[in-house]
Amino acid sequence: MSMLSVSDLNVWFGTGRDRVDAVRDATFDVPAGESFGLVGESGSGKSTILRAITGLAPTWSGRIEVNGMTLGPRRDRAFYKTVQMVFQDPYASLHPRHSVDAVLGETLHLHGFKDIDARVVKLLDDVGLGGQFRFRYPHQLSGGQRQRVAIARALAGEPEILLLDEPTSALDVSVQAEILNLLTDLRAERSLTYVMVSHDLAVVGHMCGRLAVMKDGRIVEIMDVQALRDRQATHPYSQELLRNSIGA
Amino acid sequence: MSLLDVENLWVKFPTRQGVFDAVRGVSFTLGKERLGIVGESGSGKSMTGRAILRLIRPPGIVQADHIKLGGDDLLQKSEKDMRAVRGQRISMVMQDPKFSLNPVMRIGDQLIEAYRLANKSDRKGAKSTAIEALEAVSIRDPERVMRAYPHEMSGGMGQRIMIAMMLIPDPEILIADEPTSALDVSVQRQVLSIMDKLVTDRGMGLIFISHDLNLVADFCDRVLIMYSGRVVEVCQADRLHEATHPYTRGLLKSLPRLDQPQGKLQVLKRDPAWADAPSVSGRA
Ligand SMILES: Nc1ncnc2c1ncn2[C@@H]1O[C@H](COP(=O)(O)OP(=O)(O)OP(=O)(O)O)[C@@H](O)[C@H]1O
Ligand SMILES: Nc1ncnc2c1ncn2[C@@H]1O[C@H](COP(=O)(O)OP(=O)(O)OP(=O)(O)O)[C@@H](O)[C@H]1O
Ligand SMILES: [Mg+2]
Ligand SMILES: [Mg+2]
Repeated sequence: MSMLSVSDLNVWFGTGRDRVDAVRDATFDVPAGESFGLVGESGSGKSTILRAITGLAPTWSGRIEVNGMTLGPRRDRAFYKTVQMVFQDPYASLHPRHSVDAVLGETLHLHGFKDIDARVVKLLDDVGLGGQFRFRYPHQLSGGQRQRVAIARALAGEPEILLLDEPTSALDVSVQAEILNLLTDLRAERSLTYVMVSHDLAVVGHMCGRLAVMKDGRIVEIMDVQALRDRQATHPYSQELLRNSIGA
Repeated sequence: MSLLDVENLWVKFPTRQGVFDAVRGVSFTLGKERLGIVGESGSGKSMTGRAILRLIRPPGIVQADHIKLGGDDLLQKSEKDMRAVRGQRISMVMQDPKFSLNPVMRIGDQLIEAYRLANKSDRKGAKSTAIEALEAVSIRDPERVMRAYPHEMSGGMGQRIMIAMMLIPDPEILIADEPTSALDVSVQRQVLSIMDKLVTDRGMGLIFISHDLNLVADFCDRVLIMYSGRVVEVCQADRLHEATHPYTRGLLKSLPRLDQPQGKLQVLKRDPAWADAPSVSGRA
């Protein structure tokens, strides 16, 4: 059964000469437990698709279903219990005046947990941050350390679907390996479903079973990971993308 | 002769648990070349770049024997003189592009203002130059982007706008902190070729901070590998894959590969001795 289903999704911003059709007629289906990749040109609408699913795109049309339920214009609390997102920009997504402890504690509290202290420690441990980071503020963390806090926050409510927008592009390769292994383990343990945006085809190849290639707001091709490895794309743009990343 | 000469650089943060040394005795020179800095998260790459421009926020402290730009020691300059250095001679593309842009000002106005500060030109000339700068970094619809605000840009567009902005003053040195981490491979190539031209044609010096080892190996001339605030290894970029330090080897091995699928990625096992060895000199 599909855990997430998106049909004929259109998302636009602005009016008149400033109108941008950021996503046009996007359709894809993600079965429960699958990891689905979104790749493509910078500005092609990848982040916008994830934002539309989480209810952060003001104007959209089409249908989005989560676990068989069609989403309305508003997302309720139960939605955020099921779906969580890790944003592309680890700088903008953390409140500058909240410590790591406050961010995670607050999120756990909103999700109704009681054993907050133990859970904060566990979450930090899960994402490979030691106890010395617990009371730091965002400006006292490096880019990669912030992204780990953002991932910990998304995991706090034990969601079923994780939307990951370039989750490791701010991370060095050793931390990337740790985070990707963590995401692999979590998916196996909790049968999580992932939608993952990345510009790194090797990362998508490692994490995902299938992927969509986007250009100019449209999904131009959906392929499985074997086709990616064999470099067998059918659309000219996907072929170009594969050619450019030889060596990955 | 080198453009920049950094000797024994330290960046220290007093914290409740004592002083934390984010950068510990780093030395290197920069010529008309592409110098890569790689290393794990928290190893001090950004702090090294910011320290050169004296952009470490208090209570952080920068110390060095010298940071020489041409003949001048940047550490001896007044804050006023430093502002001129930052605006004109050394540009830095920050790791957090959208934060370096003014959120309540249209992108076009910011580009035009930057251009008019650097060149005494009229608004109209500045506007067309700004549009050209956006086109150069592969922004598709520059007219719309000129009218837009930073939050209306995608991650990769924000990075490209910052690069366009930093190149306006025609700097002697560009410090680029993860400038292409959000770009797809095609756009990344275009952006790199712009920087490449500035180095080869105009003799700019480039410090290229990145965690993308394949990219750095391909694009840079020399690489400094940082660990725990120190440089642990220096090598020619095209020989990065033959690096010998166990830390560098570990980094290389943790990369996922399209042609060699594996269930779990290799994780680096850190040896405390790596942090104790003195910093390797990056003098050319
Ligand atoms: N709030 C907004 N207002 C106006 N335009 C927007 C807004 N958000 C996004 N856009 C536009 O929508 C298009 C798609 O942006 P999106 O962030 O989805 O791209 P992306 O594929 O994630 O790119 P990247 O890989 O660079 O992050 C871009 O042209 C962008 O300028
Ligand atoms: N204000 C501060 N107080 C205490 N420690 C700090 C402060 N700012 C930065 N640090 C620490 O300094 C170290 C170096 O940070 P830096 O930003 O240079 O890392 P980086 O190598 O750029 O990492 P990344 O690849 O994640 O961006 C980190 O461990 C960070 O936590
Ligand atoms: Mg994006
Ligand atoms: Mg950094």
